[in-house]
This record gives sequence, structure tokens and C-alpha cells, in this order.
Amino acid sequence: MDRLVFLLSTGLARGAVLALFALSLVIVWRAARVINFAQAAMAIVAVYVAFALTAASGSYWLGLAGALAAGAVLGALVERGPLKLVPRDTPLPGMIVAIGLVMVLQSGLAIAFGPDHRPVRAPFSQRPFLLGDIPVLSAYALFVLLLAGGVMAVLALLFGRTSLGLQLRAAAFAPETSRLLGVRVPRMVTAGWMLSVATAALAALLLVPTELGLNPHAADLLFVNAFAVAVVGGLDSPLGALIAGLAVGVLVSLVTGYVSAAAAPLAVLGLLTAVLLVRPGGLFAAKEARSA
Amino acid sequence: MTPTPPPEAAPRLEVSGLEVAFGGLKALDEVSFEVGDGETVALIGPNGAGKTTVFNAVCALVQPRRGAVRIGGRPAPAATTGLAAAGVSRTLQGLGLFDRMTVLENVMVPLSSLRGRAADKAAKARAVLSELDLASLAAHPAATLPYPERKRVALARALVTDPKLLLLDEPAGGLGAADIEALAATVRAVAAGGCAVLLVEHHVDFVMDVADRVVVLDFGKVIAAGEPDAVRDDPAVEAAYLGLEARTDREGVQ
Repeated sequence: MDRLVFLLSTGLARGAVLALFALSLVIVWRAARVINFAQAAMAIVAVYVAFALTAASGSYWLGLAGALAAGAVLGALVERGPLKLVPRDTPLPGMIVAIGLVMVLQSGLAIAFGPDHRPVRAPFSQRPFLLGDIPVLSAYALFVLLLAGGVMAVLALLFGRTSLGLQLRAAAFAPETSRLLGVRVPRMVTAGWMLSVATAALAALLLVPTELGLNPHAADLLFVNAFAVAVVGGLDSPLGALIAGLAVGVLVSLVTGYVSAAAAPLAVLGLLTAVLLVRPGGLFAAKEARSA
Repeated sequence: MTPTPPPEAAPRLEVSGLEVAFGGLKALDEVSFEVGDGETVALIGPNGAGKTTVFNAVCALVQPRRGAVRIGGRPAPAATTGLAAAGVSRTLQGLGLFDRMTVLENVMVPLSSLRGRAADKAAKARAVLSELDLASLAAHPAATLPYPERKRVALARALVTDPKLLLLDEPAGGLGAADIEALAATVRAVAAGGCAVLLVEHHVDFVMDVADRVVVLDFGKVIAAGEPDAVRDDPAVEAAYLGLEARTDREGVQ
């Protein structure tokens, strides 16, 4: 029982990071109809920026702000740079450019900083609180949950309640009509990329202290799991990303705890396969497709 | 860069010598007409005559090979996104509603890229919804509405920016008699407010009811233009619509 409570609570924190990263994939899919296979590599570049800032200034928070800014800038650079060079009427060229970017960015990081795992300290203790005798969340896991929840709430408000959010949604679902209505669609696509990669950078930053450390490949497994989460939730659905993220986080935690860590990716793939068999569009996919 | 002030008497929309070609096919050939402020002009003609192509040329969605479109005495915006700033609104034949958004959000989209306070924009959107008898549906998802209501939402979305030039693509299509009567009243009110209205329409009674002038297109050319009654009795117009024999002769088929 103690073990179950502990695994459930750590699973939620893990799930919050997964949900955040999956949300970043949903945002860029909605904005640009691209599955950004470079999301993990781009996010890790931003985490290296955070690492350098924190090392230089001693402030975790400055590093966190730096990761968000670096993620946003990198998102804009990639969207306005290499992705502008390929045709956009089908998703394949953009995805291939993204896969190429993974190699360039990860090799670049390895050349610049070496392939070693650099230990990254969490800003709060990772030792679990004891509730009676039962170990539950650590202070860091609580911080991750609160920050991820807060960022998702801010994103929900941004998309649901602001003029920018309305334009982002309009441009995402009917770009041609949006142009007629005065929405600057290219700007909205760039804004979507910036929001997306900044969100991914935050997720990777939150993940790294709980893993082996910072390394050019530190977010690779996060991407694989988050991609599964985004597909399970429905690539178009932010709510799907949140719910599926928490569910997969708890699943991974339970399988790791009761079976073995090696079985966790199999469990995720099993879930992905089962959902795709039953609902190919994902659990929370909207009924209608995007129109021109 | 100071734009020169337009001449006082410039028509709101001036289409002159417009030629649009898709490959070897001339979709528009030497098309010229004007729409003045407060005037309602109907663009009619058989399917494929080039009516929607005129709209697309005005909206910078197709590039004319020759000729010019001027709006309020100035060259029409080269990019579609600039239309709103030039005071141009357009409805689409397919409506193009954002199905996942509410009715109110749909009508807010054209306002969202403009400056101004969010509260003022929402108030403006709600006022337009009230005028079109949509106030009670403001919070409904657009996807769930019946067709006549969807058409009114598209119209509200076009009117919410107080356009100076309104392009309506088949506004009466698919509507019943009562809805068409309400639409005609709205179009008359909009024109009475000084807006220039250009509409593409197949519904002859509606056109005769609201249009001050009618421009008839056939095979991309203007074959008649003038007041509705005069145009209706024009033999060339009758031939275009009814004279299938004359048409097959001209095309040289069979």
C-alpha cells in the first residue's frame, strides 16, 4: 500500500512533465501541422543554456527563465530558417528537416560540451515527504506538479481568453479564411513554434534533475513517451495531452515499481497500440478535420 | 511614405480591364465595373462565368494578368491580410466558419488583430450578433447551428469590422423566403449606412430586390450592366442564361 501511494504520487509528477512535453507537440502540430521530431534536441539545447546561466550566476531561476527564452528563440529560428526552405503543403518535408535537425543539434552539443552526463541539481529536495510512515511526493516533485499545472493553466488562458489565442486558433484551423479576416497567419505560425519549444524546454528542464543528468540525448526518451502521449490523447487536443500524460506517467511509474524499468517502454507502446486500434485519431480527437 | 489622399470622387471599388488566366483559360477578360459608397451591385452569370474569380482578384487570392483593382481610389492590397485594414470584408460560399469556436469567438476573429480594448471588441461583436438575431446563440459552438444561422454568423463576422466594401458570395443560397427577406433588409441597411456592397448571387428575386445595378458575366466577359429591370430584359443576358443553343454554337461544340 505504501509503495502504491508512493508510485502513484511520483507517477503524477512524471506525468506532469510528460503532459507538458506532449502539450508542446500538440501546440506545434496545431500551429504548423508538423510533428516536430527535433523537439527533444531543441529543448535540450535550451536546457544547456539554462545550465550555463545557472552555473555562471548561481541562480536556478535565471536558468529557468533562460531556458524559456532560448526555447522561444530557437523555435522562431527553426521556423523562419530551415523550415521556410521546404514545401509546406504536405507534412513530410518539414518532418524530414526536423529529423535532420536532431542530428545537427545533438552532434553540435556533443562537440561543444562532450557526451558526458553532467549532474544537474534540483532547486528543491528530492527526498520524499513522509505522510505518517508513507513516503509521498518530494518537494521537487511538488514543485514540478505546481509549475507544470501553472504553465498549463496560463496556456489555457492564453489560447482560450486572449486575442492572440483566438488568432492562434483561427490560423491553426483555417489559415486561408483567417488571412481574409486579417489574421497574420505567418506570425501566428511563428508564435506557435515559440510557445511550443519554450514549453518543451521547460519540460526537459524539469526532467533532467530526476534523470542521470544533462547530456545531448537526455530528453530522447521523454520525446518518445510524450509523442505516444500526444497520439493517445489526440494530436489536436491539449486536454488529451494533459489526461494521457498523467495516465502514462502513472503507468510508467507503476510498471517500473512493480515489474521493472525495462518493461515501462513496452507498457507505453502497448497502450499506444491498444488506443490506435480502438480510436486511430486518439482518445480526445475532434471529429472534424482542419479546413483550408 | 505618405500615401496620397484619394480623389474625393473615387468609387469605393473600381475594377478596370481585369484579365485573369488559369493556364490557357481566360477566366476574366477585360472586366470593368465600379461600386460606389452606399451602392449595391450584383454580379450575376451562369456557373463558371468568373464571378468568384472577380472576388478572388479583389481579395488578392489570384493575381490578374492585366488590369487593376482600386479600393477607395488606391491600389487594392497586394496581400489578403491587408484587406481588413483597407475596409474590405468578404463572406465565403462555403462560409468558412471556425466550427470549434463559439459564435461569439467566430465574430471576434476579425477584431482580434485590430488595436483596441478587449472589452470594446466584445461589446461590438455582441452588438452585431444582436442586430442579426444571434445574441442568444453567442456561446454555442458554431458547428452545432442550423444552416441559416451559420450563414448569419458568417455575415456577422463580415460586418463586425464596419467594412466600407462588403463582398457577399451567394448570401441567399440555401435560405428560405423569410431568411432571404431578413437578409435583404440587412443588406439595405448596410448600404444605407454608406457601405459599398458587391454580391454574387443566383437568386434572381433577391438580386432584383436589393441591387441598384447588376453586372452580368459570361465566359469571363461583361455582357451587360445596368439597372436590374433593364438587364433582365437584355437579350444577351437571356441568351447566356437560357440560350443553350446559342451557347453551343459559340463554343463550337457538337
